[in-house]
Amino acid sequence: MDILDIQNLHVGFRINDTFYDAVDGVSFTLKNNEILAIVGESGCGKSTLATAIIGLHHEQNARVTGKILFGERNLLECSEEEMNHIRGAEIAMIFQDPLSALNPLMRIGDQIEEALTYHTDYSRDEREEKVLQLLKQVGISKPEQVARQFPHQLSGGMRQRVMIAIAISCKPKIIIADEPTTALDVTIQAQILDLLKELQNETEAGIILITHDLGVVAEMADRVMVMYAGEIIEEAPVQKLFASPKHPYTRLLFNSMPQLHSTNERLNAIEGIVPSLTHLPRTGCRFASRIPWIPKDAHEEQPIFHEISKGHFVKCTCWKYFNFQHESSINR
Amino acid sequence: MWKTIVRRLILMVPQLIALSIIVFVMAKMMPGDPFTGMITPDTDPARIEELKEELGLNDPLPIQYVRWVKNALQGDFGKSYTFQRDVTSLIGERALNTFWLSFVSVILLYLLAIPLGILAGRYQQSRLDKFIVFYSFITYAIPTFVLSLLFLYIFGYKLQWFPTGGSVDIEVEPGTIQYIWNRFYHILLPAITYAILGTTGVIQYLRSEIIDAKTMDYVRTARSKGVPMRKIYTKHIFRNSFIPIAAFLGFTITGLLGGSIFIETIFGYPGMGQLFVSSIASRDYSVICALVMLYGFLTLLGSLLSDIILSIVDPRIRIE
Repeated sequence: MDILDIQNLHVGFRINDTFYDAVDGVSFTLKNNEILAIVGESGCGKSTLATAIIGLHHEQNARVTGKILFGERNLLECSEEEMNHIRGAEIAMIFQDPLSALNPLMRIGDQIEEALTYHTDYSRDEREEKVLQLLKQVGISKPEQVARQFPHQLSGGMRQRVMIAIAISCKPKIIIADEPTTALDVTIQAQILDLLKELQNETEAGIILITHDLGVVAEMADRVMVMYAGEIIEEAPVQKLFASPKHPYTRLLFNSMPQLHSTNERLNAIEGIVPSLTHLPRTGCRFASRIPWIPKDAHEEQPIFHEISKGHFVKCTCWKYFNFQHESSINR
Repeated sequence: MWKTIVRRLILMVPQLIALSIIVFVMAKMMPGDPFTGMITPDTDPARIEELKEELGLNDPLPIQYVRWVKNALQGDFGKSYTFQRDVTSLIGERALNTFWLSFVSVILLYLLAIPLGILAGRYQQSRLDKFIVFYSFITYAIPTFVLSLLFLYIFGYKLQWFPTGGSVDIEVEPGTIQYIWNRFYHILLPAITYAILGTTGVIQYLRSEIIDAKTMDYVRTARSKGVPMRKIYTKHIFRNSFIPIAAFLGFTITGLLGGSIFIETIFGYPGMGQLFVSSIASRDYSVICALVMLYGFLTLLGSLLSDIILSIVDPRIRIE
């Protein structure tokens, strides 16, 4: 069942009184009990997309258009008050850096309780009870003690568990996890990911997992969307994407992952950088400038999605003509 | 925490000793002596010499210093040459005057500055904010003595709303309600002047802290929990923005005894600031030394108090 249906979403930021779209015509759906991963390099618009879904962009500096259908409602047409009933209760978010995402002057228990105050009619005692239960649920062994502590007294992994406890406190239908493990070390990362997956099995929430870590994607996701310069350029079930990535960007991304058995001393990198928001080409294939060795007529003038197998979509036709640069230089 | 406080208090001792030496030496290096102003063509130089000898002013400096410290430790800072009375009781009386003036001033200052700072930060870039910022720059730019004189002239002499000097009228009976009211009435105009001039710091601090806090990640978290913006301001933003103000509170409290030299002098209010200026003018060493020592002690105490207050309001800071 689709619980979220996003259609032609644009998010523009104001730069010198002109709006530039950081998310440019994105459409996708999310089912319940599904983990949808959004991957892409820094600045591709993935966090902007997530923030737009929960409606946290600054009204004056950001322009959000399109449709975000959550059940019957279009979230972009909801008032601030209606959004406050949805945020935390039906759509929750987990942020990247749990230290700065928690109020340093507020006790952990109070910060979890806050969500319950606004979305449930529990009494004070019931809320406190629920806080302890949530802390236990996210694997914190001394909930009474932790509830009275302040964020700085906890470790990074514990803090992220607290963030997760806040997110799941009101049993949301959708959890948006914006790089939830980036600020943590590797062993803790695995624990947090396991916890997320475990909780999802219990609550059947749909999770949008934003990351740039392909390892996390392989471990967690059911479906993957690859973003580049504000657009989705490839979408596929996770096995298909890892077995046969199609879009040049996806292929280069996989190629740039360090390989344990490789004797190559240098890591493979993608040439160039993501064009800045103000200099982004708004027509044609946006990735063309970073694969200059591919002939221009390989790209579509107005790139569209092509379904190349069931559930596997690729934007533009350039993937058919793509080869890695070192291969082409050998051929020449 | 008590251990830390005691240790900090003990650490003050060497600092105060260093300060006392500097104060003593500098006071002695000032040209002239208490008798310079009293010399007339009729004065017998031998008599002056006799008086100096009597007061121990001709002894070697180290001996004078030790004698001074010994007495000071017993609460005796000597006699004021110009007032002809004990420095300790003189300062005690002035300190009480200054305390009440400063107390009313600081209360007025916070009553004025905190709402303005909150409004400016809350409604950043609005007309109200621009007006408040403009106001705070104006009051920051006006020198104390200019505004004091202006207020004194307008509200004191022209409109005659307030008394123009002193701390209490002579005819009122001490201990009555009228006496207390009369003292308060004398305090009001200098206190208002002080409060208006002092608002800039608090307004600007609070405003920029609130503007900063608005963009913090924990505010975004609170919004993602569905907390209404109004509640986010009261529960998250304002509380966190008060930390730097609280950090200054220790200095503010001990500063209550310091007094303002300009305000007290211009409004003719018999407080510490005025005493300080007049004692320098009349080379009243014992008063100067006692006052500087007191100010030094208050500053050290203020920093300790600030640290204690900060550790109470900010759980991240624990003084160990």
